Amino acid sequence: MSLAELICPAGTPAALRTAVDAGADAVYCGFQDATNARNFPGLNFTPDELAEAVTYAHARGTKVLLALNTYPPAGKVDLWRHAADTGARLGVDAFIVADMGVADYIARMYPGVRLHLSVQAAASSPEAIRYYCENFGVKRVVLPRILTIPEIRQIRREIPCEIETFIFGNHGLMVEGRCSLTNYLTGQSTNMDGVCSPASDVEYVRDADGSMSSQLAGFTIDRFGPEEKAGYPTICKGRYAAPHRPEGYYAFEEPISLNLSRLLPDLIEAGVHAFKIEGRQRSKSYVRGVVRAFRAAVDDIKAGREANIADLIALTEGQKQTQGAFETKKWR
Amino acid sequence: MIPTSEPTARLRPGEGAIARLACLVLQPVLTRVVRRVAARHPSLFARLGPHQATDFLIDPVELPFALHLRPDPQALVFRAVPRDTAPQVGATIRGRFLLLLELIDAEQDGDAAFFSRDLEISGDTEAVVRLRNALDDMDGSLAEEASAMFGTPGRAVLARLRRAYPDATKPREYA
Ligand code: SF4
Repeated sequence: MSLAELICPAGTPAALRTAVDAGADAVYCGFQDATNARNFPGLNFTPDELAEAVTYAHARGTKVLLALNTYPPAGKVDLWRHAADTGARLGVDAFIVADMGVADYIARMYPGVRLHLSVQAAASSPEAIRYYCENFGVKRVVLPRILTIPEIRQIRREIPCEIETFIFGNHGLMVEGRCSLTNYLTGQSTNMDGVCSPASDVEYVRDADGSMSSQLAGFTIDRFGPEEKAGYPTICKGRYAAPHRPEGYYAFEEPISLNLSRLLPDLIEAGVHAFKIEGRQRSKSYVRGVVRAFRAAVDDIKAGREANIADLIALTEGQKQTQGAFETKKWR
Repeated sequence: MIPTSEPTARLRPGEGAIARLACLVLQPVLTRVVRRVAARHPSLFARLGPHQATDFLIDPVELPFALHLRPDPQALVFRAVPRDTAPQVGATIRGRFLLLLELIDAEQDGDAAFFSRDLEISGDTEAVVRLRNALDDMDGSLAEEASAMFGTPGRAVLARLRRAYPDATKPREYA
């Protein structure tokens, strides 16, 4: 049986302590800059906060993983190198990286610190994953959310590193690390600036009938009726009118969250080492609820009991959940 | 700051006078609470960044008044205002009072309340996101802290509010 580590999100020091106390095996977090893919206003850690967080987590047997999972623009690698230097100095247990230049720097400078390959690297074939393992010593790959469980099982047999899969949370999965939709509308890059649908470009407009429009850079992404559940203002979850669908439809994805609680035993059996919960941008309340629920489920499964997972639908986007490609390629 | 958020008002007869009276009575309490919170949680202001100077309207839909907040550590503003005289603000956060209280105390998740449409925001979204993240990074319960400042009566009011929560009705029409 794999280790089935629970990898939990933390957007603030308080969320990190919450995740640790709720039973996380490892917590992932980032600095307050473009070096990570949740570069949101008011979120993330200063170096001093990270130092305290590492002390808190390590004292309780929990690991801290530092996300450096964006791509430095040409000629601007110093920010990423500096972040790696700081993380290494503070004693993080692993770096989560996407860019080969960042991976190479860490592999050369800090060979004793583990490298995990971010989902943002979009490495979904054994060949791609092996390339990162052989050239940069990557110890774990976070798989893109486009693979079925039989495919994961097969990949596991063909790669020399551990596998981490998402099990809960946001389900925006164009080709991860390659999506330029936000860049197209706002000029900011999800992959280099670390923010999809930057809050400074988002506006919610309430109409007289109680409907709400969500707008990004002046473009209407969706309009929710008075009683309709809402989603994030991301372009991939937008509802658009098109000549063949004038009533408007979800052209890419629906507002929906991934929830693999029922598939945990199958994932463990397929050789997945670690389960990742998405949501560094979410609150302590979310972290507490989701981490506790999955902690109990994983412990039940490890002990040979049937997992009784709490109902997490209230925390899902659009209050809808899916098992996505993990269940079937036809999920859309 | 471009004022983007319109205060909304639909008052029942006599509500205006009640609102004004409630604001007068509440003001000393609010001032004490916000000063105390600011003194005990200075890191809150760093997360607010440039939005320390933003005016927020916190609009508990079932109460006869709203709350005007400017989280500027040099000149803190936290005051109850009747809806019909509420100032133009940078951002508005609207929902049931107890939901707002639970969001501040991290008992509820802001995104989930937004998805379910129980929480409504308008105006400067970045300001709201910063405020949310700043408040979420505070340990402990603000509600407990504030109620404890007023001893047994304070705690009794909070307990009563919490008991009322399951019965809290959906927002009434306010626009
Ligand atoms: S638009 Fe959707 S797929 Fe693209 S980066 Fe944003 S969340 Fe991901």
